[in-house]
Amino acid sequence: MGSIQLALLLQSLDQQLVDWAWIRQNYREDIVPAVIGHIYLSFVSVAIALAISLPVGIIVSRYRKAYPPVTILTGLLYTIPSLALLAILVVIPGIGVGPNAVIIALVAYSLLVLIRNVVTGIDSVPAETIDAARGMGLTERQILFKVEIPLALPVIVAGIRIATVTVIGIATIGAYIAGGGLGQLIFDGIDQNFPTKVIVGAVLATAMAVVADLLLLALERYLRPWARRVRGAS
Amino acid sequence: MNDVLKVFARPQFPHAVLVHVELSALALLIAVAIALPVALAVNRSSLGTAVAVNIGNIGRAVPSLALLALALPFLGFGFAPSLVALIALAIPPILINATTGLREVSKEVIDAARGMGLSGWQILRGIQLPIAAPVIFAGIRTSAVQVVASATLATFIGGGGLGDLIVEGFQKGDTPVLLAGALAVAFLAIITELLFGGLERAFTPAGLKVAQKRQKAR
Repeated sequence: MGSIQLALLLQSLDQQLVDWAWIRQNYREDIVPAVIGHIYLSFVSVAIALAISLPVGIIVSRYRKAYPPVTILTGLLYTIPSLALLAILVVIPGIGVGPNAVIIALVAYSLLVLIRNVVTGIDSVPAETIDAARGMGLTERQILFKVEIPLALPVIVAGIRIATVTVIGIATIGAYIAGGGLGQLIFDGIDQNFPTKVIVGAVLATAMAVVADLLLLALERYLRPWARRVRGAS
Repeated sequence: MNDVLKVFARPQFPHAVLVHVELSALALLIAVAIALPVALAVNRSSLGTAVAVNIGNIGRAVPSLALLALALPFLGFGFAPSLVALIALAIPPILINATTGLREVSKEVIDAARGMGLSGWQILRGIQLPIAAPVIFAGIRTSAVQVVASATLATFIGGGGLGDLIVEGFQKGDTPVLLAGALAVAFLAIITELLFGGLERAFTPAGLKVAQKRQKAR
């Protein structure tokens, strides 16, 4: 084992860590499709998760008794390690390997954060504001869509931000079950003992997560002009 | 299901569990030993706090597979490179929670303590740390669960652990082995979550628990 490790280490030191010529040659064939595939996986997953979490969050914020079981169930999903969840999904008949299994897993991971932030966001709307809206003659439906959701939006976007960063990270693992994306470069690089692919995949995935984080943070601040001066970590 | 149970009985299984736990526990301990002193050191400077929180936030965005994979070209295959990557992964949540937790102890409380003649060290030990303890432990819990989950990926860079079973099962199309690995890891992660949740409650000072209850009642 020791000698194998040494041989591998020497081999990887022998070649340059980043082979720029390879990057230039395979930019269109390997790197661009991986980036597009990664964005596709992440975007579709967060969109589906949001489409589930918004109605569930709204219902749960009304029927409070349903909140603890929803939190426990989604919390359980969130705790299961991603490679384990992917492995379990793959052996379920009708799912198998491929992007669909990855998207199911990514949706499962997003639910906890998204539902929690929808509920917290709606809860943060002051009771006086809702009373005022009711006093102005708004119906319950109008109060929900014109008062509560707009005011809850910054908190909901904060949830989307956390979910997106998480999903971009976990999506890399999806390549192991043929989901595509930047993880493909990482796994290919490991298999072929070609550090350039590993580094390109890892660096691009990190960059994508950081950029998504900053963009959604900017959106969150923009939606919350009254709190722009207040700084802090959430 | 019986076949899965047979995998649990193999001698290879407890070894995988042991490596997994060892990798996770070491990574968490070292991360705590690095992140807590740093949080204490930047405690008094707002610039230091901002730098620590921002580094932590960026660190949290780094995908765990990316961290482990990056360890490969620089540190090679095996247990030690996996450990280094997992430490790097575990630091940000602890760092963020410890710095913000210490920061958010209210000025009035600290002023009152200073007025009572407590020294800076006494304020830190007797006031700030106990009040911040639940937040700090929440950070450690987040890291612990994340490390247990990510240690599964150590298999890709030869770090061992339960990920070995998942990969073996996947490559050979051996569903019982794959499921045994996946279920064991999921179980381990849930146990970790519950264990550290308990620690978090145990380290919440009695006075704070009363205050939390009052806040909820409101």
